[in-house]
Amino acid sequence: MTSAALNSAPVAAASGAGQTIFRRNLRQFASNRLAMASVGIVVLFVLLAIFAPFIAPHDPNETDLFRRLQPPAWQTGGEWAYLFGCDALGRDILSRIIYGSRISIFIGAAVIFVATTVGIAAGLAAGYFRGWVDVAISRLVDILLSFPYLIFAIGLMAMMGPGLVNIILALAYKEWVIPCRVVRGETLATRELEYVEAARALGASSGHIMVKEILPNILSPVIVVSTIRIAHVIILEASLSFLGLGVQPPTASWGSMVADGRAHILGAWWVSTFPGLAILLLVLAINVASQGLRDAFDPRFQE
Amino acid sequence: MTSPAKPLLSVENLSKVYQGRQTLANRLAGVRPFSVRAVNDVSFEVRRGEVLGLIGESGCGKSTLGRAVLRLHEPTAGRVRFDGEDVTALSAGALKDMRRRMQIVFQDPYASLNPRSTVADIVGLPLRLHGLAKTTQEVRETVARILERVGLNAAHLDRYPHQFSGGQRQRIGIARALISHPEFIVCDEPVSALDVSIQAQIIQLLLELKDEMGLTYLFISHDISVIGYLSDRVAVMYLGEIVEMGPTDDVLARPRHPYTQSLMSAVPDVDAPGKHQRVRLAGELPSPLDPPKGCKFHTRCPLAIDVCRREAPISEQVAPGHQAACHRLSEDLSVRETAAGAQAR
Repeated sequence: MTSAALNSAPVAAASGAGQTIFRRNLRQFASNRLAMASVGIVVLFVLLAIFAPFIAPHDPNETDLFRRLQPPAWQTGGEWAYLFGCDALGRDILSRIIYGSRISIFIGAAVIFVATTVGIAAGLAAGYFRGWVDVAISRLVDILLSFPYLIFAIGLMAMMGPGLVNIILALAYKEWVIPCRVVRGETLATRELEYVEAARALGASSGHIMVKEILPNILSPVIVVSTIRIAHVIILEASLSFLGLGVQPPTASWGSMVADGRAHILGAWWVSTFPGLAILLLVLAINVASQGLRDAFDPRFQE
Repeated sequence: MTSPAKPLLSVENLSKVYQGRQTLANRLAGVRPFSVRAVNDVSFEVRRGEVLGLIGESGCGKSTLGRAVLRLHEPTAGRVRFDGEDVTALSAGALKDMRRRMQIVFQDPYASLNPRSTVADIVGLPLRLHGLAKTTQEVRETVARILERVGLNAAHLDRYPHQFSGGQRQRIGIARALISHPEFIVCDEPVSALDVSIQAQIIQLLLELKDEMGLTYLFISHDISVIGYLSDRVAVMYLGEIVEMGPTDDVLARPRHPYTQSLMSAVPDVDAPGKHQRVRLAGELPSPLDPPKGCKFHTRCPLAIDVCRREAPISEQVAPGHQAACHRLSEDLSVRETAAGAQAR
């Protein structure tokens, strides 16, 4: 046969053109400057959270009643050692923001990790087995979606009591439906493709088909959605803490810092404003970065 | 069919019905759920070492038939026997073992390979699933050998499907189907998505492999010239039923069923250009949701008479090993002449 001569040329050309679709998408993402700047901000916050004890200028829980509501450094009465001023108990606001980033980022990441894991498993099962499995999972999803998120979380927190693990559970209880619906839809479409049928024809088990054949091909949209949802979870955690149902004092959390400053907002604006800005900056950065991810990884947004 | 040997594959009265779900709303409204008879009471046999060509237009159920034989789509009724064993009655575990022996090559070489897997993983999968190779090294060596046999080589092991052309991908698909040394392969239009020049190479490869490995093919196609070239016997399908079946030369040279006759007339004749008289079938393939009563072909048949509209014809022997299902077989009519007569009038 002449096939040997015929097939060597195109393969050489193809391998030179580029490696995988994933790498091409990654390159496209890297060329988006706004998204890369946002990634930079997110990385900065993560570093702050990890190295908080070395970066924070003061102990976040050390009270000093002489510095009660001390204004930020550039206002009269401020000190450069206390850049953003102090709260009603004389604690350094900058240090508390730095320590507070640990709570926000940890809870955001933990909730999304738990929710995505559960959501992928449930979505794969629903989309692959269909029938009563799908009916059971999809109805549960519908029921959970019919509750307003924050009210649902408040109810769970009231039942379980405050605490770090409980916040993660309270938020993940509902958050998993988002990846679940994405995975279910993608699985329903992917399971009908010929390469899935080919695996079945070869004698592959359902588990193999779900994990090895379907999952790698539907991961991109799941990752994109989960990144977007991290920002949402951070806001929810801040809301719970603002309402006093989140992390308990004296642990610094951005939401509870905003709540603490509420009583003094007219006289000491900085107590609420700086933690509020921190929430804004981190959430905005995550959103912009995930938009960039979506643009690069979702073929529907590519020109 | 004079051969006394037991057939490798025998299909008896196989049907596949796709049934819509009866919902409460539909029940209240008195609406019946849809039901499509994609394959209707089909019987045939394939002998060891033979190529049975299955031909028909798009939507006639030939792919569904191929998949139902392999139980990729669960048959609704009927029986499939493979080497004496009743495939339709196999348990999940026994079916898995059977899958090593019956394989399929798909139509679309772009959709049938997992885009996130390397060639080594795709082609090596049957070895892992059936425990035919113990170590990764063994899998890679076996895959490299079969790749070379289908015209690729070991350098392709770690590439991804998108780095190959359509013809090369089809070679990968063939390698995957053959690596577990099956006896029977369903070729589901394996060349219709390829360029004509590549088609010839792939057909040649399939024929070589058949002789080397002692394979038996059920070759599905809508291309008469492809079927004519490589099959020993041919079965013609129309709307889920086999209307004519027999030795390829006999069926192609002396088609008896009016549908086969009109199909043959659509093939351009190189030797006698211009003289060629084409029978144009009126209308579309009827919807399988609402198939015609009686003979399913009567809505488009130039020879249809009253009885065709009332009763479904039964398959009859017209020559040794050649059978057809038509009410007017005994009259020995030709669609071509009838159509010409109608035009003259």
